[in-house]
Amino acid sequence: MEQKTNIIELKHITKTYKDGFSAVSDLSLEVKKGEFITFLGPSGCGKTTTLRMIAGFDIPTEGDILLNGTSITELPPNERPINTVFQRYALFPHMNIYENIAFGLRQKKMPENTIVKKVKKVLELVDLEGFEKRSIDTLSGGQQQRVAIARAVVNEPQILLLDEPLGALDLKMRKEMQLELKEMHRELGITFIYVTHDQEEALTMSDKIVVMAEGKMQQIGTPEDIYNEPANAFVADFIGDSNIFNGIMTGKLKARFCGGEFACVDDFEEGTHITAVVRPEDVVLTEPGQGKIRGIVTSVIFKGMHYEITVESGKNEIIAQSVNSAAAGDRVGIYVEPDNIHIMLAEDHTNIFAAEINRNYELEYNGKVLDVQLTDLIKGSRLTEDGTLLDGNGLELDRNKLRIKISIKPTDIELTDEQEEGLVQGYISNLIYKGDHYSYVIHTDLEQDFVVNDEYLWNMEDQVGLLMPVDKMVFTVKK
Amino acid sequence: MQKKILSRKSLGIPYMIFLVLFVMAPLFVLIYYAFTNGQGEITIQNLTGFFSDPNTLGTLCYSFGIAAVTTAVCLLLAYPVAYVLATSHLKEKSVILLLFIMPMWINFSLRITALKELLTWLEGNLAYHPFLNTVIGMTYDFLPFMILPIYTTISKLDGALLEAARDLGAGELQAFLKVTLPLSIPGIISGVSMVFLPAMTNYVVLDMLYNSTYIMGSLIGSYFASYNWHGGSMIALILLGIVCLFTLLTRGAEEETARGGVLL
Amino acid sequence: MTKKIWRSMVIVLVLLFLYLPILILSVYSFTDAANIGAIRGFSFHNYVTLFTTPELVKMILGTVVLALGSAFLASILGTMGAIGAFYSKKGMASAIHTMNQVPVVNADVVTGFSICILLVVVLGVSKDTFIPLVAGHVTLCAPFVFLSVIPKLKQMDSSIYEAALDLGATPGTALVKIVIPQIFPGIVSGFALAVTLSLDDYFVATYTKPATFDTISTYVVNATKGAQTTIKTALWALSTVIFLLVVLFTIVMNIRAGKNVQERNGAGQ
Repeated sequence: MEQKTNIIELKHITKTYKDGFSAVSDLSLEVKKGEFITFLGPSGCGKTTTLRMIAGFDIPTEGDILLNGTSITELPPNERPINTVFQRYALFPHMNIYENIAFGLRQKKMPENTIVKKVKKVLELVDLEGFEKRSIDTLSGGQQQRVAIARAVVNEPQILLLDEPLGALDLKMRKEMQLELKEMHRELGITFIYVTHDQEEALTMSDKIVVMAEGKMQQIGTPEDIYNEPANAFVADFIGDSNIFNGIMTGKLKARFCGGEFACVDDFEEGTHITAVVRPEDVVLTEPGQGKIRGIVTSVIFKGMHYEITVESGKNEIIAQSVNSAAAGDRVGIYVEPDNIHIMLAEDHTNIFAAEINRNYELEYNGKVLDVQLTDLIKGSRLTEDGTLLDGNGLELDRNKLRIKISIKPTDIELTDEQEEGLVQGYISNLIYKGDHYSYVIHTDLEQDFVVNDEYLWNMEDQVGLLMPVDKMVFTVKK
Repeated sequence: MQKKILSRKSLGIPYMIFLVLFVMAPLFVLIYYAFTNGQGEITIQNLTGFFSDPNTLGTLCYSFGIAAVTTAVCLLLAYPVAYVLATSHLKEKSVILLLFIMPMWINFSLRITALKELLTWLEGNLAYHPFLNTVIGMTYDFLPFMILPIYTTISKLDGALLEAARDLGAGELQAFLKVTLPLSIPGIISGVSMVFLPAMTNYVVLDMLYNSTYIMGSLIGSYFASYNWHGGSMIALILLGIVCLFTLLTRGAEEETARGGVLL
Repeated sequence: MTKKIWRSMVIVLVLLFLYLPILILSVYSFTDAANIGAIRGFSFHNYVTLFTTPELVKMILGTVVLALGSAFLASILGTMGAIGAFYSKKGMASAIHTMNQVPVVNADVVTGFSICILLVVVLGVSKDTFIPLVAGHVTLCAPFVFLSVIPKLKQMDSSIYEAALDLGATPGTALVKIVIPQIFPGIVSGFALAVTLSLDDYFVATYTKPATFDTISTYVVNATKGAQTTIKTALWALSTVIFLLVVLFTIVMNIRAGKNVQERNGAGQ
């Protein structure tokens, strides 16, 4: 197969701001000529910063950017053969459409008759023939978007950067423009680098997707790869709907998660901590006795093409998609084809569990109050005398809408015989010797698995209490 | 890239230098002069002199009096005008508003001249009512500065608030007192600060209306006329102190009301 | 109904208070009268005096030239300052903002007197060079230009500057072709404000002007103290002329603004 040349290469790019925040860290990437590549990730994941470094608006603190093999890391944006389609179009409001599109050509001192021809041609490309004299504020959002694209491509850039270009459009318009952009990419044959937080958009349009989170690349691959073989729990969660469980390998091609033992096709050593991902469309609901695990249907939502059914099994929640309806309260069994279970190594055995906020605004887990002030967790918040919680801006926070997640490392949990002293109780469902300590999996009475490292030996099926010091807990608050 | 970011910022340098030269430096010189005497010795005599002389203290009080009365009269006239204008649905609203602004574009000395001629005709001799004439003159000069901020605040009020008040059973007067008036306080405060300070210092209006009494500004004028830079600087410094105090007070109040507005 | 009458009454009465003196003076400026009250024959002689007395003509022209000149300088300085402060780091920006606020809140007497002390008394610059006067008026006006440009910069979509760079413009070109046109309305209104401030100023001029030079304000204030009737009534004519100019200017601006709105609406349909 012919190897296409790399048009742009990012080499260990890091962007750190003065306050120490790294928007992008150690990102390396190669983009082939003519590719449609998409940076996908939630807001704040560093995708826009990466784009801005390619455009030249930001300079990486470390690393190198190569264009056709030559470094352009510090080249100012006006000297790069790269053009950008901006998020909110950034059309010049005091110029008409012709002047907007001609702007880049004028900077190159092109003769006016050439400019006229080029503008006419590019307006045909974006279906805006004859719009030359119109002013910007007479255009609809979709039309402005087309002008912004025309203004960029008229310069015949080697790379076109698109920063969430469809973000401001309504759904119908967005779908139309997605197809048109794809078409335009084929017609022009230039490299497109696209930024979006919309996974569907990324899957529809791209040749290749780069999934980013917290400034780091999580996975790179074709849309099919990313959807079918997510590299980690984050990617699985971000792309499409997923059920994600923590678990452990219990034998050859056997994994235990979600309170049941499942056959799978991924081969890991017995005792390995894993993350299992199951797509909702792969969850099969059966008669109560026939599945691997049992559960109770808690909600059913009709989604047009299918029903979205939520099943509660112990403390786990499983989302299934089915063409057959069910009723809340139904007892069901759950089965998943081995092929449809995606097993990946758990990167980090950190235990994560959700705490509740009780009426007195105290944190509660397993009916026990944790010795921590809610106001310390939410920056700037305070409790008023009449018992409401206000945030830093003085707005009331609804305790039912706050989600507090607690994470704690396996080494920070201690096991005890005095079960009632533990924050939660359970039995040891698995143990492995790791050289200098044992790694246990404790299946708690709340049907959740905790990973605990301890140097003392306990036996399988031992009933234990889990001691978790509050000062070792990390709290994350979601509103 | 670094260089060009610098070039955008560096556009501010000339203005920065200008401000240091013509705003900050004069103030420092003013402070220096206020605390020295003709021989260049450091002294607080100018300060103690001001506060021990019954004449200058009287002037300070008279200035406060004039300013307070003028501000009150302006407020009493401006609020109804601003309120009526802001709440009216007239098409020509902007034109009427313009009519209230237009006088500001006519030279104040000519406007005061006009007022003076009219008052002379009405009163015969201006010297009979110096205080009254001064208040009329200053009101005449500063009234637009009170109308504008109040008008802006009231017209920005969310109409739904008033409807909500009525919906909850408040009468028209109640709704005004409990909703419109409190929410227009920021406008009143900025109007007051735009009238009160000039009224303490604008001694030309007094001069032109034959009021021979001094206000704070006149003191600077008289020291200037007698080349007493040190005395004049002290008065200027005291005025500056009053300005600062007033600005701090009104800013605090504005923030307070702004917060109150959000909470309401 | 009575409420409506009350509401109109408020407006009409206050407008009368503001305009009656000027209007009465305008009427009398077309007569021989030296005081309001006794109506005499119709006459243009005040206007003849106004435009033929060299002293008056020089004073009017001087005021206008000073206003336009210092407003021009103030607009350049204030605009550059606003752009600089807007793109500067927080510390630098707030330093400029704070210093800019000083002449805005300060009493004009203090501004004028302090500049006089520094330039004339300390540095020994002669008032006859006009330097103190111009410096004073620019100091008075530039902060207001700054304040009218800053909001325009804030309203501007910050990515259009980057878009210009992206399309190959140098930073200088991007500033001139993209940023300046965007903030131009702010510069114009700042300039207009600067002109009216300079025209209306009395205090800064008093403390910094050459002895032989007068602005309208300083001239009128001195003239009212004197008893020269011809000059006094000629100033009535000046007041009328300025009043008419302001009215004319307002009408023209209003019509133009109306036209712009109409055009935009028309094009939008």
